[in-house]
Amino acid sequence: MLTLLLDQPLLAALAALVSLGLAFGALLGFAAVRFRTEGNPIIDQINEVLPQTQCGQCGYPGCRPYAEAIANNDEAINKCPPGGEAGIHALADLLDMEAIPLDEEHGEENVVAIAYIREAECIGCTKCIQACPVDAILGAAKQMHTVIASECTGCDLCVEPCPVDCIDMIPQEESLQTWHWQLPDPVSREIEIIASDTDRDRAA
Amino acid sequence: MRRIFDFHGGIHPPENKRQSLTGNIQHAGIPGILVIPLSQHVGAPSEPLVAAGDRVLGGQCIAAPKGLVSVPQHAPTSGRVVAIEERAIAHPSGFLAPCVVIEPDGDDEWVELQEAQDYRSEATTLLLDRIRNAGIAGMGGAGFPCAVKLAPEKAIETLIINGTECEPYITADDILMRERAAEIVSGALILQHILSPAETLIGVEDNKPDSIAALTAAAEGSGLEIVTFPTKYPSGGEKQLIEILTGKQVPSGGLPADVGIVCQNVGTAVAVHDAIVSGRPLVSRVTTVTGEAAARPGNFEVLLGTPMDYLLELAGYDASSNRRLIMGGPMMGFTVPDASVPVVKTTNCLLVPTEAELPTPPPAQACIRCGMCAEACPASLLPQQLFWFAQGKELEKLESHNLFDCIECGACSFVCPSNIPLVQYYRASKADIRQQRSDQAKSDHSRERFEARQARLEREEQEKAQKRAARKKAAEQRAAAAAENGQEEDPIQAAIERAKAKKAAQASAAGTESPQDKLEKAVISTRKRLEKAQTKLAEAEAAGADHIEALKTGVEKTRSKLATAEKALADFLAESAPATEPESADPAQAAIDRARKAREAEAAQSPQERARIQLEKLQQRLQKSEQRLNAALAGGEEDKIVEALSASVDRLKEKVADAESATMATEEG
Repeated sequence: MLTLLLDQPLLAALAALVSLGLAFGALLGFAAVRFRTEGNPIIDQINEVLPQTQCGQCGYPGCRPYAEAIANNDEAINKCPPGGEAGIHALADLLDMEAIPLDEEHGEENVVAIAYIREAECIGCTKCIQACPVDAILGAAKQMHTVIASECTGCDLCVEPCPVDCIDMIPQEESLQTWHWQLPDPVSREIEIIASDTDRDRAA
Repeated sequence: MRRIFDFHGGIHPPENKRQSLTGNIQHAGIPGILVIPLSQHVGAPSEPLVAAGDRVLGGQCIAAPKGLVSVPQHAPTSGRVVAIEERAIAHPSGFLAPCVVIEPDGDDEWVELQEAQDYRSEATTLLLDRIRNAGIAGMGGAGFPCAVKLAPEKAIETLIINGTECEPYITADDILMRERAAEIVSGALILQHILSPAETLIGVEDNKPDSIAALTAAAEGSGLEIVTFPTKYPSGGEKQLIEILTGKQVPSGGLPADVGIVCQNVGTAVAVHDAIVSGRPLVSRVTTVTGEAAARPGNFEVLLGTPMDYLLELAGYDASSNRRLIMGGPMMGFTVPDASVPVVKTTNCLLVPTEAELPTPPPAQACIRCGMCAEACPASLLPQQLFWFAQGKELEKLESHNLFDCIECGACSFVCPSNIPLVQYYRASKADIRQQRSDQAKSDHSRERFEARQARLEREEQEKAQKRAARKKAAEQRAAAAAENGQEEDPIQAAIERAKAKKAAQASAAGTESPQDKLEKAVISTRKRLEKAQTKLAEAEAAGADHIEALKTGVEKTRSKLATAEKALADFLAESAPATEPESADPAQAAIDRARKAREAEAAQSPQERARIQLEKLQQRLQKSEQRLNAALAGGEEDKIVEALSASVDRLKEKVADAESATMATEEG
């Protein structure tokens, strides 16, 4: 066998290439099975960027379906009002697209609001509980319901099903805890920072 | 001689310190009102322990800490709590915050203070508790709870007492070191006892020779080392001072404790001394009042909660020449929205400059990339690069360029030839990044909850499907078993039997109550409910409540329920009555009764129902007649009879058609 291969260099080269091909083919085939990615990873990445309010303002029943539509059906990235401009920019960065302005048709970027149930008026119908996508409403049939404010995403979905209209969306106003400095207005001369002790002549 | 290191960058702004160093510390006295904000520190606001109207004594705890990173607040003097309400505080936002408002009575009566004879014999945890209970937050300006810093996870090599005070104008620490050097040394020794570091250093810039002399004298024989180093702004920054004294750099995003160092301000050391040695909580501090709009600038020992305008008055404040009131120094301070806001634990200086002294900066020009800011930056950042990213809101790049290592010292803005307010960009960008992080955390949390809910709904659906499948299987098995036994089981019959068995089981479970008793009970309970509802309605109407409508509908519903219950009882009695009567005695009478009852029943029916019943009856008759006709035809009856039968069938057909149209009309009507 060896002598035959040594005598026939063409055959030897062929055999070497074929065996290499088979070996790497087997390796790749194994890797393809062993390390198969479940689903489309880009969908997860898009879903990460979306604000997860599950509000359905984009026209899809939740954030993940919208992410799937963006990934698979070339859906526009400007249909998410809760994500706002920042969300569109993040999506544009992720997908390497141009950032486009928010599609007004699907709503405006509002201040985040939290649902509030006027408890005296609640009749305990559980309709809002069924509508809440994140289980943020607590209550039972014929018992008063209430919203767990820290879990509410402000998606609005509980307002419509309420038969007695006892749910308000209360915008979260800026407080001492949420206040922060704003970028300086380049036009205004009212500048907060006072690092301007520039009277060098008077140096002590 | 200890080796002194240097940090990158830094600037030499005019110091302007001597204006406020002409005299000693003056006592500001007790103002007419004290406003104690519940949040004077970094961390969670404390919770009030007193109510409006309470009398409080000096040193009494009036607000308890909430959580670990929080400090309590104490009444600075005796008096009455006037209110606990939202008041303006010294914050750049100008927002209101909850405060305890105390009206001092002037007696300055104090609670009994617990003095420590010898703190060295006491447990460290006890000392830490006492420091925490004394409400001590970092006095240098940041206000981080002192006790939290004193309980590091790692062993501490070096304790640094910060007497640098590098920011222009401020002299509160300087005067403290001159006048209370002994207390600083005592406080430092207490901190040393708690942390047991290898060495304790007191760092002072060389522009404070009097302080250095006083401290050296006080620290003699104590083992504390006074280290002096050249003046440069911002050498008083914690990380910068650590680098100057030890040559170590605190890692990015880390704490000094990570490199075995704890840093405390000299003011904090005095507060610790007061808390441990004399048991006095933190109720006052030394504050510098300076600037050209103050005729008598100086340092004041001022009760926390003293309105700033009271303090300014003592310093001969001229509001007309002052452009803005600044809390802190000219580099890192901020404009206070209103002069009535209180002095808090972090108020080291009130700066009241005139327009000539601290002019409004000229409008910002474009960045010329001169790089002076990068040379000045004490954190070795690239300020101009950060500025570009901040303008473009490129938050990720800002983070990767270590924006969070910026100490907001203002050195870059100070040297900027284009007068760009760089620090303001960094502050805003830091806030944006924090906002983005918290939004991301919230959205991750929402997604988890949403996915958990979806999983739960799916699971419930599956369980239902499984149950259905199990029932179907059981039914099939029963059918198969029946087929095996040779009897064809009718599924409908089986269902009826099951239902019957269920009913029987329920009836036996319900006890031996006769149906009549049950109905009577139902009537009585419904009547009671109706009465109750009516009284409630009357009450509501009397009180003019807004749910009258709901109550009214409730009453109506109960009334109709009562009516049906009464009718059911009456029906039952009527049904059971004939059974007891001797019905068979008079069949004619019985037939009449039956007819009358039928008539009555008919009268109770609606026109639609009546029309439909009529139609059905007619159809039945028509069917019968047709059958008879067919039979006659088949049987070969006489022509006459066939004719008569067919005529009657035709008549009936007409009648049916009429009745049909009548039914339709009534139903439509």
